[in-house]
Amino acid sequence: MIPAAFDYVRPGSIDEAVSAIAAAGEDGKVLAGGQSLIPVLRLRLAYPSTLVDVGRIPELRGVRDDDGAIVIGAMTTHHDVMHDALVRQHAPLIVQATATVADPQVRHRGTFGGALAHADPAGDLGAVALALGCEFVCVGPGGERRVAASDFFLDYLTTALSPDELLTAIRVPKLGPGWASHYEKFNRVAQAWSIVGVAVAVRQDGGTIADARVGLTNMGSTPLRATATEQALSGASATADGIASAVAHAAEGTHAPSDLSGQADYREHLVRVLTGRAVLAACAAGPGA
Amino acid sequence: MTAVAARPEAEIGKARTRKEDQHLITGRTTWTDNMVLPGMVHLAILRSPMAHATITSIDASGALSRPGVIAAYTGADFAETQGNVPCAWPVTPDMVNPGAPSLAVTQVNCVGEAVAVVAARTKVEAQDALEAIDVEYEPLPPVLDLEAALVEGSTLVHPNTTSNKSYTWTFDSGVAGTGAPIDDALAAAEITVKRRFLQQRLIPSFMEPRSTVVQPIGDGVTIWSATQIPHILRTMLALTLGIPEQKVRAIAPDVGGGFGGKIVVSPEEIITTLVARRLGKPAKYTESRSESLMAAHHGRAQIQDVTITAKRDGTVTGLDVHLLADMGAYLRLVGPGVPILGAFMYPAIYKIPAYRFVCDGIFTTKAPTDAYRGAGRPEATFAIERIMDELAHELDMDPMELRRKNWIKHEEFPFTTVCGLTYDTGNYEAATEKALALMGWDELRTEQAQRRASGDPVQLGLGISTFTEMCGLAPSRVLGSLDYGAGGWEHASVRVLATGKVEVVTGISPHGQGHETGFSQIVADKLGVPFEDVEIIHGDTQSSPKGLDTYGSRSLVVGGIAVVKAADKVIEKARQVAAHVLEVSGDDLEFEAGSFTVKGMPAGAAGSTMSLGEIAFATFAAHNLPDGMEPSLDSDATFDPENFSFPHGTHLCAVDVDTETGRVTIRKYVCVDDVGTAINPLLIEGQVHGGLAQGIAQALFEEAVYDDAGNLTTGTFVDYTPPSAPDLPSFITDRTVTPATSNPLGVKGVGEAGTIASTPAVVNAVVDALRPFGVDDVQMPMTPERVWRAVKGSDRARAEGGTNAYGGASTSTSDGSVDPS
Amino acid sequence: MTKISITVDDVNYSDEVEPRTLLVHYLREQLGKVGTVVGCDTSNCGACTVELDGQSVKSCTVLAVQADGGTVTTIEGLAVNGELAPMQQAFHDKHALQCGYCTPGMIMASRDLLKNNPHPSEAEIREGIEGNLCRCTGYQNIVRAVQAVAGATS
Repeated sequence: MIPAAFDYVRPGSIDEAVSAIAAAGEDGKVLAGGQSLIPVLRLRLAYPSTLVDVGRIPELRGVRDDDGAIVIGAMTTHHDVMHDALVRQHAPLIVQATATVADPQVRHRGTFGGALAHADPAGDLGAVALALGCEFVCVGPGGERRVAASDFFLDYLTTALSPDELLTAIRVPKLGPGWASHYEKFNRVAQAWSIVGVAVAVRQDGGTIADARVGLTNMGSTPLRATATEQALSGASATADGIASAVAHAAEGTHAPSDLSGQADYREHLVRVLTGRAVLAACAAGPGA
Repeated sequence: MTAVAARPEAEIGKARTRKEDQHLITGRTTWTDNMVLPGMVHLAILRSPMAHATITSIDASGALSRPGVIAAYTGADFAETQGNVPCAWPVTPDMVNPGAPSLAVTQVNCVGEAVAVVAARTKVEAQDALEAIDVEYEPLPPVLDLEAALVEGSTLVHPNTTSNKSYTWTFDSGVAGTGAPIDDALAAAEITVKRRFLQQRLIPSFMEPRSTVVQPIGDGVTIWSATQIPHILRTMLALTLGIPEQKVRAIAPDVGGGFGGKIVVSPEEIITTLVARRLGKPAKYTESRSESLMAAHHGRAQIQDVTITAKRDGTVTGLDVHLLADMGAYLRLVGPGVPILGAFMYPAIYKIPAYRFVCDGIFTTKAPTDAYRGAGRPEATFAIERIMDELAHELDMDPMELRRKNWIKHEEFPFTTVCGLTYDTGNYEAATEKALALMGWDELRTEQAQRRASGDPVQLGLGISTFTEMCGLAPSRVLGSLDYGAGGWEHASVRVLATGKVEVVTGISPHGQGHETGFSQIVADKLGVPFEDVEIIHGDTQSSPKGLDTYGSRSLVVGGIAVVKAADKVIEKARQVAAHVLEVSGDDLEFEAGSFTVKGMPAGAAGSTMSLGEIAFATFAAHNLPDGMEPSLDSDATFDPENFSFPHGTHLCAVDVDTETGRVTIRKYVCVDDVGTAINPLLIEGQVHGGLAQGIAQALFEEAVYDDAGNLTTGTFVDYTPPSAPDLPSFITDRTVTPATSNPLGVKGVGEAGTIASTPAVVNAVVDALRPFGVDDVQMPMTPERVWRAVKGSDRARAEGGTNAYGGASTSTSDGSVDPS
Repeated sequence: MTKISITVDDVNYSDEVEPRTLLVHYLREQLGKVGTVVGCDTSNCGACTVELDGQSVKSCTVLAVQADGGTVTTIEGLAVNGELAPMQQAFHDKHALQCGYCTPGMIMASRDLLKNNPHPSEAEIREGIEGNLCRCTGYQNIVRAVQAVAGATS
């Protein structure tokens, strides 16, 4: 199928993009990598009047080191994120989760910022952003502001980005020594979206978990933190028995959907199993993973 | 000549790479959608968003003012001319066929039914203009559940019927005289096992979406279409639209897979023809994938109530099968006959003395069903192979031992079954022994016991499917006895050109099988000509005027035999020429490796040998032919098989089942198939691989799901999930060779075997893994959620009931709430 | 309409396109590059895979305007002077195609896979072509074809 007609603009800078977004008005839509948007347009599930293509803005691409954080340009492709030395060093959780996103062709076009701004709760990167405590750099007519990951995802396909703002970068705090991570994805077939995914970062002290962050994919209308589990993991020994009572809380506070891939009670069960597996895998992999 | 030519290597049996590949791997393809003709209009079809509704008003005129639009039509514009989408298989004399307009006129009966069509200068303009068509619908209740559809007073899908039942088709061995009465077996049974199995709806999902180009020429048409059946299309288009058959030319260019999904004459082919003729311009329609999933026919969709009876020693005494078969909204070309093709296969490889089969064909407000790879036989094989495992469990008997006890021994062939079919040959013991050895079956059983004992959260399961099937459709008189509207013969011509090159015209119509390669090997051997010198001509009713096309694993065992028979006639004509030129009697000539030689003389001896090439040129020149002989070696043959083809084999599957998540992973899959003499092992292996993938996909991955309003919720490949490469294992395939005696090549069909055999092997393996949890069935597709619910036990009903596992909607063939007993 | 310049299989083209034109439709309908095909609406099947600026992409999920200034290689551009590219040859040799509809995309994806990982394991090959659906082969011979090319270049 073929999308309905739209106007197309391709700004060359962030300033031009912000102006173009304003000019496009409420029926405008930002085109990042297009890997989610273009299928939606083809199925004529959306009718934007204007697409603002931010794919040719050099400032939006690439990864840079900024002391305690790495800064990933919003338009850095999944492929480039996965192969970036800084990301591999400081945020291997992002590398691991990104490798599970769609397929190689989609990862060549799809972008880190585009996926996060799309805010599909079945997307894998939101949970990672929560677990890592990322900050979202949003630029609008009034300038730049930073939004914490915990404040960014508001609802299904809805973020804290205001209609006149552009997501320009994601700041990923370096976890520092002693942290390990793992992303556990569960889907029906290789091509399918996550039924449930769990992103875990843990800091171990000897055989004990000192600190843990757990982000959940597709357990509600937004990515979520499993805060009860995080708290209970603190001080737990890094064994299956040691974490069992903590992971039993993994579904608390979630609002799992019921859809073709699974009913809510199955997802609630699955998130407990997968959280346990993810925590143990992270612990087993050890710091740097 | 001074040297004796070495006998060329036999072509039959050689793993030839394909002649077909060159243009496919370089992108020089002729898919129907590639075609552009001068003045061509592009069509877009407006489809019903309603499952069941009266069209209270429809106005397509708004489309006419849209850019590029040439014409817009609704059903009313063609009501007098469109006829009905053809159904060629009235399976019973009283079968109800309410008719099937290509463009709905007054009522829609499934989501995706065509209601209007726009012709425009470009495809995008045609699609844009659909939005300007106004349709008002008065909704009617959807009819989704097969059992509810049969309840007195339920909503009728079609207003011109009195029931949602189209037909009841019955076979009873007691009545037919082919076996004992089932009632006696049921009464005398020491053990009775009764099960309900659900064959979920599947979507064939050929990779090339369907496409049709129609060019009106004078008062006729040329139609290019992504079809398996150009010849049948020609005849049916003529009958449906009243175009004289000789004025219709049908062409199947490169066709990107079919799997039964392109076996029908489609509404879209008829609509494209109607518009092209109305406008006097070439027209093209190509569906999108979403349209294809919604509006092309689906397959399977049956409820199977199966009862098996046995003695305590495991001897099976009777089999009683009752099917509810979902026809969907309309009867397509062979839709009603699909479950009937399975009727004869429930007894499978077993000596069962009493058998009854009853099938009700039922209308629902879903997409029509018709053939999907295996067509009736996968369902039959599934049911018998599943219930043999259930019987073994009841008897506390090893499932393979139960099969051995009941199957036909190799020395008992030919064997006439309780259905009256005579299986020519087979060796189930040999295939099974080979498969068990390749599997390392005993070691896996040991491991299974260990993992059960240790309470491993990932349990190992082992599944068996010892199958046969009937293919090579089909002896015409058998089809006649089943009320099919045509025969099952196939036609071929073999033409020897002046230069000794050979053209073979066949009525089969390939779409991926490799017929050009396989048929070339056969002809090369028959005529003693190089493989490269043989050209296979197919898929155009002008150059290949006679045929019945490709489905039912018939191309080799029917079409290939026609080729053999035509080649035999060529040889006999050539013999006359050679005898005349060499001045000997034809009886004194031997034909070997492409040359006639006088008996007793060395091959190549001067004055006593004539090659086919020399004979061909002599015939072309026609200077010196026998008196009264036509100057031609060309020969035709039309072959009508005496019997079906009965490939068989043993498929074994080992699965790891994660009892915590419900995930099933195939750890090892072994199959040993017996397809008789191999023409080309490479092609056989390819057919088996692809067949396995589709059969496994039914077990694990695929289901067409409708919501309770009758909307297809698996309307894209996001939700209808064919497996990609990481979802499947590498298969271990092997063969035994028990040549068929029903044809001169000793071959059996192979196109559907993998699909037919594999599904129950996977399900049996999963159930085997979960027996300690009290599980005796998991509904297909065995999604992680369903498996988890089965393990959990308390949720078993939800796991087995309809598609409750999918969001609670009653969307499947049945909601499973009615106890079969 | 938007003006684009694009190099496809070593030929430069400049055309006016509607912004909504998908790259695959531009290739097929404006350039006649019908070797690249469309198999779905949702970026699942991968039949339309081409190489854009050195990377495999699904040309049904790229707008032609996004490819402006870019270099595209399609299945039609792989063979040089009639000599098949190694992956094309391997698909033939290993019987890695039947109907052939997925084949252009599958070959393009397989090439890209080896570019990123010249010596993949079987599992890595399967994952590397996970964005491409084939209904005929069960993938086994496709895996063999990729292995053959990887082995030959090792």
